[in-house]
Amino acid sequence: MADEMMRFTQTLGESLRERGVSRRGFLKFCTATASMMALPPTMVPAIAAALEKARRPSVIWLSFQECTGCTESLTRSHSPTVENLIFDHISLDYHHTLQAAAGEAAEAAREAAMHENEGKYLVVVDGSIPLANPGFSTIAGVSNLQMLEETVKGAAAVVAVGTCAAFGGLPHANPNPTGAVSVSDIVKDKPVVNVSGCPPIPTVITGVLAHFLTFGELPELDHLGRPMTFYGQSIHDRCYRRPFYDKGLFAETFDDEGARKGWCLYRLGCKGPMTYNACATTRWNQGTSWPVESGHGCLGCSEPNFWDTGGFYNALSIPDSDITRNIGAVVAGGVVLGAAAGALNRSKRASAAAKHETVTIDDLDKTS
Amino acid sequence: MSTPTDFLLWVRGPGFDIALVIFLIGVIIRLLEVLVLGRKPDLAEARGTEMGPGLRTVFTRTLPESGSMKRSPFTVVGGYVWHIGFLICLFLFVPHIELINSTLGVKWPGLPSNLVDAVAAVTIVTLLAMLFSRLNHPVKRFLSGPEDYLTWLVTFLPMLTGYLAYHRMIDPYPLVLGLHILSVEVLMVVFPFTKLMHAFTFIFARWYNGAMAGRRGVQS
Repeated sequence: MADEMMRFTQTLGESLRERGVSRRGFLKFCTATASMMALPPTMVPAIAAALEKARRPSVIWLSFQECTGCTESLTRSHSPTVENLIFDHISLDYHHTLQAAAGEAAEAAREAAMHENEGKYLVVVDGSIPLANPGFSTIAGVSNLQMLEETVKGAAAVVAVGTCAAFGGLPHANPNPTGAVSVSDIVKDKPVVNVSGCPPIPTVITGVLAHFLTFGELPELDHLGRPMTFYGQSIHDRCYRRPFYDKGLFAETFDDEGARKGWCLYRLGCKGPMTYNACATTRWNQGTSWPVESGHGCLGCSEPNFWDTGGFYNALSIPDSDITRNIGAVVAGGVVLGAAAGALNRSKRASAAAKHETVTIDDLDKTS
Repeated sequence: MSTPTDFLLWVRGPGFDIALVIFLIGVIIRLLEVLVLGRKPDLAEARGTEMGPGLRTVFTRTLPESGSMKRSPFTVVGGYVWHIGFLICLFLFVPHIELINSTLGVKWPGLPSNLVDAVAAVTIVTLLAMLFSRLNHPVKRFLSGPEDYLTWLVTFLPMLTGYLAYHRMIDPYPLVLGLHILSVEVLMVVFPFTKLMHAFTFIFARWYNGAMAGRRGVQS
């Protein structure tokens, strides 16, 4: 317990040294973080100094209507890198999947963390919140809505991890049977950062937390509440297959010559042009690859309503109705209407001709 | 219609269907109501053929009339630049070819996007210059009515929004792309009921001029 207390009061620097992370390794991480956050190299010492002195902030992780994919992404793919240590060095006081405690003890830990760190702790949420019926998703008999409202009350900020927490995600998909909403639909009086993705890139989650530890505030956000650093550019604009798009070279199927040559996947429904995320630059699984590189179009998983945008294999900018059938019907209708209008004009002309009275010189003489 | 994506889904779905119906029915009615009318039979003995001179005139009238280049060089050059630029942007931009290919199943090679981008910039500037000239030239201004300004606007907006969408100058992207598609739909709706119909009727008008002259054995 004493050890546990000491660990809690340790600074991040002390904690990292205790775990055998060298100064060099730590600075490398700071440099990577700085470049990832698009900060100038002169900021590296500032980041190092701030992180060195940072006390482990208390983090309460709430899981609502979710699939645990966000947690899986975070814990599995980056272990055992220094990012993982950073995560280890926040005080994760409550997390269903990762905590040892269960039942009463688990809930007590959450309440204790809230009480001890009033106004300073971070709340991380994954999963959407059902509003149709509070009974659809409960934890220890407490509805998701109630738990979120209670926990957020004393929080410094809220990080909505994953598209479900950020925008409603899969549970929110049409017809949304549970009345699922996002965190920002409920939390109005605290800063909310949306770290969207299904799941989000682990480095992005740690990057947001590192930013909070370094500057004591949340990063600059885009119009959807996502950190600009990671969601500032579209997949399309950073895609290594972009030159093929500009040249009009497309894969038609997943195994044709174009696919083998690595041509653009737009025709296979890639949502890269619509999607803002860092996949193309940070990649997945410690920089191994990312969806487009492995041969599948982007699904647009970091965007709102990505489940309901007309199918993963249809491009979003192309009309989805049966155009040729419509054209056939419309042309047939147009021809009928046009012929009718023409016939009307002909009859008008005929009646005008019939009514036309010929005037002779004699007639003119008579009238004058 | 709560999010930009919903807006995009509407304009590319029901919005496009509505615009397409109005465009096609409108164009067909406008063409048929004239063509069905026919012309009075010409009872005079023909001195030449109709078809050859008619078809030739369809193409020869694409070139400026002799002397017009001297009289109003700006109108002639500006007219060519923006018409050709507009057609390049419409038919040789790869995403547009993709759109046509996935809806109608026909495709052709496009130009590199960067080149089309430059053409689009030139076209937009030319359209602005043409408007400026229309407003400032006393004769042009006198001849211009509301329809002229309306057709300028509905032609200009797809170019402008397309340029903004390509460069992602408005955030979020689905919004600006949706605006681009919507502006094209407005163009499609306005098209059959304004002088924009010249894009179809020029063929018949020129053919008739050529054919009439050919029949009389005179130069068209």
